[in-house]
Amino acid sequence: MSSLLSVTDAHVAYGKVEAVRSVSLDVGANEIITIVGANGAGKTTLLSAIMGILPLKGRVTFAGRDLAGLEIEDRVAMGLGLVPEHRELFVTMNVEDNLELGAFRIEKSRAKASMEQVYTLFPRLKERRKQLAGTLSGGEQQMLAMGRALMGAPKLLMLDEPSLGLAPIIVADIFRIVTELRASGVSVLLVEQNAQAALKIADQAYVMELGEFVLSGKASEIAANERVAASYLGFQHEAASAL
Amino acid sequence: MLFLVQDGITNGAIYALLGLALVLVFAVTRVILIPQGEFVTYGALTYASLASGQMPGTAKLALAMGIGAFAFDLFVARRALHARPVLKSFLANVVLPAIVLAVTLQIAAQKPPVAVCIALSLVIVAMIGVYLYRIAFQPLAHTSVLVLLIASVGAHLALQGLGLLFFGAEGQRGPAVLSGAFTAGALRFTGQSITVYAITIAFIVGLWLFFGLTLYGKALRATAVNRLGARLAGIRTTLSGQIAFLLASVIGALSGILIVPITTLYYDSGFLIGLKGFVAAIIGGLVSYPLTAGAALVVGIVEAFSSFYASNYKEVIVFMLLIPVLLLRSLAAPAVEEEKD
Repeated sequence: MSSLLSVTDAHVAYGKVEAVRSVSLDVGANEIITIVGANGAGKTTLLSAIMGILPLKGRVTFAGRDLAGLEIEDRVAMGLGLVPEHRELFVTMNVEDNLELGAFRIEKSRAKASMEQVYTLFPRLKERRKQLAGTLSGGEQQMLAMGRALMGAPKLLMLDEPSLGLAPIIVADIFRIVTELRASGVSVLLVEQNAQAALKIADQAYVMELGEFVLSGKASEIAANERVAASYLGFQHEAASAL
Repeated sequence: MLFLVQDGITNGAIYALLGLALVLVFAVTRVILIPQGEFVTYGALTYASLASGQMPGTAKLALAMGIGAFAFDLFVARRALHARPVLKSFLANVVLPAIVLAVTLQIAAQKPPVAVCIALSLVIVAMIGVYLYRIAFQPLAHTSVLVLLIASVGAHLALQGLGLLFFGAEGQRGPAVLSGAFTAGALRFTGQSITVYAITIAFIVGLWLFFGLTLYGKALRATAVNRLGARLAGIRTTLSGQIAFLLASVIGALSGILIVPITTLYYDSGFLIGLKGFVAAIIGGLVSYPLTAGAALVVGIVEAFSSFYASNYKEVIVFMLLIPVLLLRSLAAPAVEEEKD
């Protein structure tokens, strides 16, 4: 299968410190890929670099096209979406405006339809559509951030720690929606500290430590791996069983 | 007394427009737009020159800056030259100002009607504003506020020098947009002051609708609220910057055209006028539009009173308004942080 996103030998550095070293990964169509790893392993850095926020050494292709030299906005227009860890919402604008702007690069007629789809996926956002984004709860803000990214009709959605700081019931909701996205033809690259939940829904998984991938394979196999279980799954067992 | 208030409101309305433009440009691009004053003088003197049958040098400057902007576009795209964007840039940056220059050359000597002069002046200054952004600020978009400020001072000095070259050291006055006058009670309203009020109100309402209802207006607000968020939504920061500069230059030029029938303007008058808009913008904290508009009226009225009662100190008194405001602001917001992105 030809891959949608292909990263080959990527290095990302902050000055002299290399935060990501020689990383390669592939995301195919209709796939959920997860990258798990401890805080500071370089997961967020890698996503930012794929999106063009940070400079990356190495090769990244998306939908068969080399992304070198393309701005963030061009990558968005090609169908690559990122929901960043801090969500980066337009806090002084209402929910509907946030969503409308997510479709900035899409024709008006299609934007209307995607807005309906987002509201079906997140009925809560429809209830709050005239409320300012900054006044939403954490879970609602996460939904809005995902909704805004989906308004741009992405082929691949990259989610950075979507469960961070959210109540377990909302986390479950968000993970359910991620699987629904795959069913509707959107691939997902999911970065998570909540490894248990992420490995449950993912097809393939990568384990990242200190800027490098130390393990990769089918998500179910990774979940069964003893070392992974010991370092990433054990301590979260109770929280994850709530899912 | 009342006529001083009236006079103050007329000036204040102009400062309000300029202050709003400054807030807008700063919010979207982080540029403190010192050349705003040059947009005022360029607008005013281009209009006055055209109305008196002279050829304004600004039309040539627009073409020269357009060619510069096109060169920048070419240079940036040098590794992957595609026909369409290059053609688009050529049309917008070279063909458009060339046509405007040709039209100006054609009709300048025939003393065109006021409406034509206004339209042509606005177009010329608008082009200068957008090209200025392309040449001086877009390449620096990722740098700090300080670097942008230095570029802004540089642009101001360059444009002011060119203003001296184009318009000479002599002051000019332009014809009133609307002549005639009427008296109501103790007050006398000239057609020009009515025009100032009407256009200011129309512009403020127009901007309010633009930011509240249109996708581009919202995109501009979004860029101001969260630059990274806007980029992730696919909104180009350069597009937002261009729109902000377009609006600022049109507002500046329009202000100049509104003032030049009332007072004689010189090539360097714009700086002081822009600075008063800046005082209003600072009182609004460079973020609040309503506060800026209100402060601008206060600045106008204070200026009117001080020029009547203590004309030697009129500028001093106006700028002194800043001191209590800055004191209050510094007490209210003790933490100073440098923006990172």
